Amino acid sequence: MSTPLLEIQGLTKHFPARSGRGTVRAVEDVSFSIGPGETFALVGESGCGKTTITKLILGLETRTAGEIRFDGLDIASGRAANIRAYRRQAQAVFQDPYASLNPRIRVRTIVAEPLMAQGIGDRASREARVREVLEVVGLPASAADLYPHEFSGGQRQRIAIARALALQPRFIVLDEPISALDVSIRAQILNLLADIQDEFGLTYLIVAHDLALVEHFSSQVGVMYLGSLVELGATEDVFARPAHPYTQALLASVPRPDPDHRAPVAVIRGEIGSATAPPPGCRFHPRCPRAMPVCAVDAPGRWSLDAGHWASCHLLDPALGEQPRMEPVS
Amino acid sequence: MAEGAFAQAQPAGPPVAQSRPRFGRVRRLFRNGLPIGPLLLFGMVVIAGLSGDGLAPHDPGALNLGAAFRPPAWLAGGSAAHLFGTDNLGRDIFSRVIVGANIALVVAAYAIVLSGTVGALVGMVAGFFGGAVDALVMRLVDIQMSIPSLALALVLAAVLNPGLSTVVIVITITYWTWYARIIRGEILSLKERDYVALARVAGVSTPVIFARHLLPNILNTLLVLATLQIGQVIIFEASLSFLGLGIQSPDVSWGLMLADARNYIQNAWWAITIPGVAIALTCLSANLIGDWLRDTIDPKRRQL
Amino acid sequence: MVPTATERPGGAELVPAQPLLKIENLRTHLHLARGIVRAVDGVDLAVAQGETLGVVGESGSGKTMTSLSILRLLPKPMGRIAEGSITLDGTDLVRLSEEEMARSWRGRKISMISQDPLTSLNPVFSVGDQVGAPLRYHGLARSRRSLRETAVGLLRRVRIPSPEKRLDDYPHQFSGGMRQRVACAMAIACAPRLLIADEPTSNLDVTIQVQMMELFRELQAETGLGIILITHDLGVAAGICHRIAVMYAGRVVESGDVRDIYRRPAHPYTQALLAAIPHLGGGRRKRLQAIPGMPPSLIDPPTGCRFAPRCPHRMPRCADYPPSFQVGPTHKAACWLAEAGA
Repeated sequence: MSTPLLEIQGLTKHFPARSGRGTVRAVEDVSFSIGPGETFALVGESGCGKTTITKLILGLETRTAGEIRFDGLDIASGRAANIRAYRRQAQAVFQDPYASLNPRIRVRTIVAEPLMAQGIGDRASREARVREVLEVVGLPASAADLYPHEFSGGQRQRIAIARALALQPRFIVLDEPISALDVSIRAQILNLLADIQDEFGLTYLIVAHDLALVEHFSSQVGVMYLGSLVELGATEDVFARPAHPYTQALLASVPRPDPDHRAPVAVIRGEIGSATAPPPGCRFHPRCPRAMPVCAVDAPGRWSLDAGHWASCHLLDPALGEQPRMEPVS
Repeated sequence: MAEGAFAQAQPAGPPVAQSRPRFGRVRRLFRNGLPIGPLLLFGMVVIAGLSGDGLAPHDPGALNLGAAFRPPAWLAGGSAAHLFGTDNLGRDIFSRVIVGANIALVVAAYAIVLSGTVGALVGMVAGFFGGAVDALVMRLVDIQMSIPSLALALVLAAVLNPGLSTVVIVITITYWTWYARIIRGEILSLKERDYVALARVAGVSTPVIFARHLLPNILNTLLVLATLQIGQVIIFEASLSFLGLGIQSPDVSWGLMLADARNYIQNAWWAITIPGVAIALTCLSANLIGDWLRDTIDPKRRQL
Repeated sequence: MVPTATERPGGAELVPAQPLLKIENLRTHLHLARGIVRAVDGVDLAVAQGETLGVVGESGSGKTMTSLSILRLLPKPMGRIAEGSITLDGTDLVRLSEEEMARSWRGRKISMISQDPLTSLNPVFSVGDQVGAPLRYHGLARSRRSLRETAVGLLRRVRIPSPEKRLDDYPHQFSGGMRQRVACAMAIACAPRLLIADEPTSNLDVTIQVQMMELFRELQAETGLGIILITHDLGVAAGICHRIAVMYAGRVVESGDVRDIYRRPAHPYTQALLAAIPHLGGGRRKRLQAIPGMPPSLIDPPTGCRFAPRCPHRMPRCADYPPSFQVGPTHKAACWLAEAGA
């Protein structure tokens, strides 16, 4: 892979627990990188830490440990100049288009807000840019004069995308960008996101729970469980040869629009554990159908499978599991 | 890939209006039915208050011991010259009620603007920045709320001089906490909104976030709080004046009228009842208007 | 043992002569300040004993209003059933008084599970109390002791581990999936004939969703319960439904055996929906077939076929609303194309 655009190294985030006692280990030693033009998907169940990672990357939370580099610039340490440069290049689209647009201001101001904040252009050139991005997302220029409530959910998400494009960013975080939309609208928005990626050479980080969407949309995928990445690789490799029992369970659980698909039988029992007191050893072992005694004691290392595809599971350890020829990732 | 008719109404379903239509704001005020009685009554108080002594038939301070304890016009022995009768010094109660409205409203206006501004600013800062600032401010609020306001008034009246400005200061000190707590709560939830997060992602500065995304969204709450406070402030001013800590003669206050008349309650019940009714009706109408405003423009604040 | 349809015989006639629930020409209106919303506009549905009917549609398609009409829980005062009948076990629910409905139907013969179990469980009562509440209300419990035993039995039936210990816990001590199980236990407490499940798995993670779907199948096999599953998720519906009704803009546009709907969708809307979602195993970036436009307003719906403005096969005839055409022994579609094909 060429030099990555976004590089995450050992990212860790701990919160003090609500109760006042203990620590929520929301994100624990997560590393991945996203090359320019790639679409990296983070998947996992609620509470796995994927949303916290996006907040860390967007600078909405401060990390406890680890590095976030964008285009080689360190953006996690709080250097103002780095952050200002980064703000122009990274934007976000969130899940709920009703919550992401301030109901009291016009679409013009909503879309132009990033330009104003960065002091780019004068009034006339900003107005021209607003028209331009509204057209890109398939809305007429007259939309600028209206308030968000005058639009449907799908149109609002288009406005949110227009706003994200205003600064001509290189990188956009998509946090569940279609899951709040009606089924018949979702494909429109997905196609739009794919079109603008091709047109402007954007790099995406998408957070999603819908694995069919992830397979369709992303080039790389990272599977998270209870704050840690358990498997990472090119989307086609991970979906074709899932190596971690959790990834396998997730894939098996996806409901398919096919009545003759063998009705899924619950593969894993129980529910995601507590991030305040994560299980020792492998965090997944209490739910794992193939857990071994060692899983409760030692955290598994990373075992590489295909090029750039690794999983973190003791089953892959040639000394313990069935599959030989694995090399630990250095 | 155009989306059919542009800006068409939401596909109608049970979740009707998710956002507040801006232009519906005026129309919405009429949906719950106007509180005609309270509006009329409070309107009369406002007119009386604004007129100063222009509407008063007599000089409210003029003594006429020969005409002391005249009953109201509708009782035997009353006369049309003194609609609500006269007090122990022969002063016209009707005129004094009208002039008293002026003090009540002036105090309410100053106190509400001051306590609302202070409280809202403090609440916004505490809610937005959180952490140590928030902890400090909220402890201050707790301490303030545990000091009895009458005791505070006593001290302040002793240090400063009793009078209008002391009343305003005492009320401001007592009530800013109310605004601070509620606005802080509002800001706590507003700052978690996605559009605030997106503004931060775009690099919007904190003052602009306040001005564009937070302040406009708490204006409704502030308006409702202020309206609901009018009644309380009027009662508080009357209590202070009744105790001699507030407005001093020769200024006229409803509370002061109560204090003057309480010794003659046996032979001139109207002298104490009429200012009492004025206080009660003014507060009631202000509260009813406040309730209606709250239910109409800010239904989620029902618990206030 | 009650006869059930859980075996899902392929292609066989599943609607018995005497269905458990039969909805005919239901019209439910919401009277709002801005006009009358025709939320349900002439809907026919039937559910047999031991059968799961999936009602699939987008928000505003009328699927939730249909279920609230069955329960007679329409939002007051604007919701009203304007026309039609809802017959359960031979009784027309539309004609019952509110009192009869509350006393011997709602919670007793028909029960409901909503999307968010937190709204259906009261945080200040223990789970045991709440699971037993429907039995107490309907006077089906003999004593406190037997009530407690029944509650334990119910929690066990929804596969909550060590129910005796959990009886005195409060809802907040349960996880999302476990709460939905508790809601399920409440719903089946009075051995209802019909269960309405409105998006019961939409807030759950996929691994928990699978467990819930399994629970529904087991409960149905045990009791012969008729289930109406309301969902927007075509995957979930395919997994547990025997028959599917697809709703669009207040009307049922297509209904049939689950295989009819997924294998031979006859209505262009159903076809478009199936083409518009990414399928697992479909690979990367095959362009999705997006449906243009958006669902119509129900205050002033288009005349004729309501999907016509978005339909790729639109023709002049679509200005008249198409009746339901039989396209297979168990399969109907309201589209003029289906007439040609029949």
